[in-house]
Amino acid sequence: MFEPVLLKNIDVPGGHLLSTYEAGGGYQALAKVLREYTPDEVVELVKRSNLRGRGGAGFPTGLKWSFVPKQSGKPKYLCCNADEGEPGTFKDRILMERDPHQLIEGLAVSAYAIGAETAYVYIRGEYVTAIRHLEQAIAEAHAKGYLGSRILGSDFNFTVHIHCGAGAYICGEETAMLESLEGKRAQPRLKPPFPAVAGLYASPTVINNVETLACVPHIVVRGPDWFRNIGPEKSPGPKLYCVSGQVRKPGLYELPMGIPLHELVDHAGGPPPGRKIKAVIPGGVSAPVIPEHGLDVGMDFDSLAAAGSMLGSAGVIVIDNSTCMVKVATRIIEFFHHESCGKCTPCREGLNWVVKILRRIEAGDGAAGDLEQLDMLCKGIFGNTFCALGDGAAMGLRAALKHFREEFVAHIEERRCPFH
Amino acid sequence: MTMREKIEEAAARYPDQRSAIMPALLIAQREHGHLPGPVLEEVADILRVERIWVYELATFYTLFHTEPVGTFHLQLCDNVSCMLCGAENLLKHLETALGIRKGETTPDRLFTLSTVECLGACEMAPVMQVGDDYHGALDVASIDALLDRLRTEAGQATGVDLAAAALPGE
Repeated sequence: MFEPVLLKNIDVPGGHLLSTYEAGGGYQALAKVLREYTPDEVVELVKRSNLRGRGGAGFPTGLKWSFVPKQSGKPKYLCCNADEGEPGTFKDRILMERDPHQLIEGLAVSAYAIGAETAYVYIRGEYVTAIRHLEQAIAEAHAKGYLGSRILGSDFNFTVHIHCGAGAYICGEETAMLESLEGKRAQPRLKPPFPAVAGLYASPTVINNVETLACVPHIVVRGPDWFRNIGPEKSPGPKLYCVSGQVRKPGLYELPMGIPLHELVDHAGGPPPGRKIKAVIPGGVSAPVIPEHGLDVGMDFDSLAAAGSMLGSAGVIVIDNSTCMVKVATRIIEFFHHESCGKCTPCREGLNWVVKILRRIEAGDGAAGDLEQLDMLCKGIFGNTFCALGDGAAMGLRAALKHFREEFVAHIEERRCPFH
Repeated sequence: MTMREKIEEAAARYPDQRSAIMPALLIAQREHGHLPGPVLEEVADILRVERIWVYELATFYTLFHTEPVGTFHLQLCDNVSCMLCGAENLLKHLETALGIRKGETTPDRLFTLSTVECLGACEMAPVMQVGDDYHGALDVASIDALLDRLRTEAGQATGVDLAAAALPGE
């Protein structure tokens, strides 16, 4: 029987308070690493757990930490990516609103491992409740000696600052986030150098997602083998899945990594009465859509990649048979077009062109050759941009054109939207 | 605390003053409601940074408003999850109820209506942010109740019963 750990305090009244977190064994992981482990041993522990980053890319967390140079002579920084702008995704908001101490303990253990004394939590400005609860939790943790100088009598000093974003999806891209933290427009940086070597203020910097950091205390307390024994060997652990859209019980579900997508949709109650599932977007709108016949895929990094999609942020959007896929594709590309930072021409100009064509098709003004034009534009955008924003848009549209081409054709031939 | 003191306190969190521009703009916007040129220049002066750095941030990020917005900024999410749950009809209803199109402000400057990209609350779609608060699982009836409540709140604040006053489009 799978036991949720990340969400265990979520429905507890006062789950955001230190007293609740401590009553459930909170801050024991921090005490344990400060008492028993060297920083290198914590890195090894996380490597052995095979924790892969929950922000979207799935890069091994311990390996990322091990890239931080030991003797650079510069301060090291830990940045928490709490910008959560991927449509379909709300897991980090709920973690921060309802159990912020879990994140703070994760930050403290991770900072100890990489040798950082300062962390910035880059949190989207819209998340006012999450910001307030996190501020309150930081103050509580300081007062109790879990943050500050000589934490729990050790030599470890650590401070957490909140940095509020101001509404730009691109800030979720780690190098754009660093630019934004430095007070610039959020545009991605060329890599290398990677942030672990030259990140915030050109200092060694580790950037981890909220959910990734929240996993760390549990790995310390329960051991890496516990973590590795959940889900598939190559991407193990408990996983938060955000389920929304046309489904009876939308919500946040903690289940093993690798659960089949159709089972996850069943957990969320399936489609509304009298409807059938048409398609599911498994990992936020950057993830290529999967048609109904492909729903036996495992919800983990490798299985979804093999199926031509991706786990991404695990923002699962369920679409039923009453919905027009041209409309869905148009809305997704409108999002990417709006959020393009403007740095790269293929993304900035290409998406503008794509949006105009899609809006025409949806409105019944599609022309012969439009679909070939869209195919050509996807080819021109994919792989030709600085960051993954353009790729996400192109992959999403390609999947819609591949799996639901007949709907696009029907719009053009009938000169109307068949769903309206 | 004055705005200057709040900004200086925020700036102490960073080794570089430039990093404090975003927090300073959020503080200034809370203080002034929006960010006209003189406020941007004041922020630059307090932080002793180039004015152009402040201008470029104020115009890049969507939460910063260089133009005034109404007392209540209604920000309806119409991204995919909210769209699938009926955000489009709610937008039409709001436009009719307020007598304005999205992007506009009511003549009494009480409401500004916008659509926004994902608010990160898809589990309670369709969602709208008003000030600091999220309102989820919206339908026509709950939107009407919310508008009435906001009008009453504004009436209490200004001493005028705006709920009783006929608004354009009603």
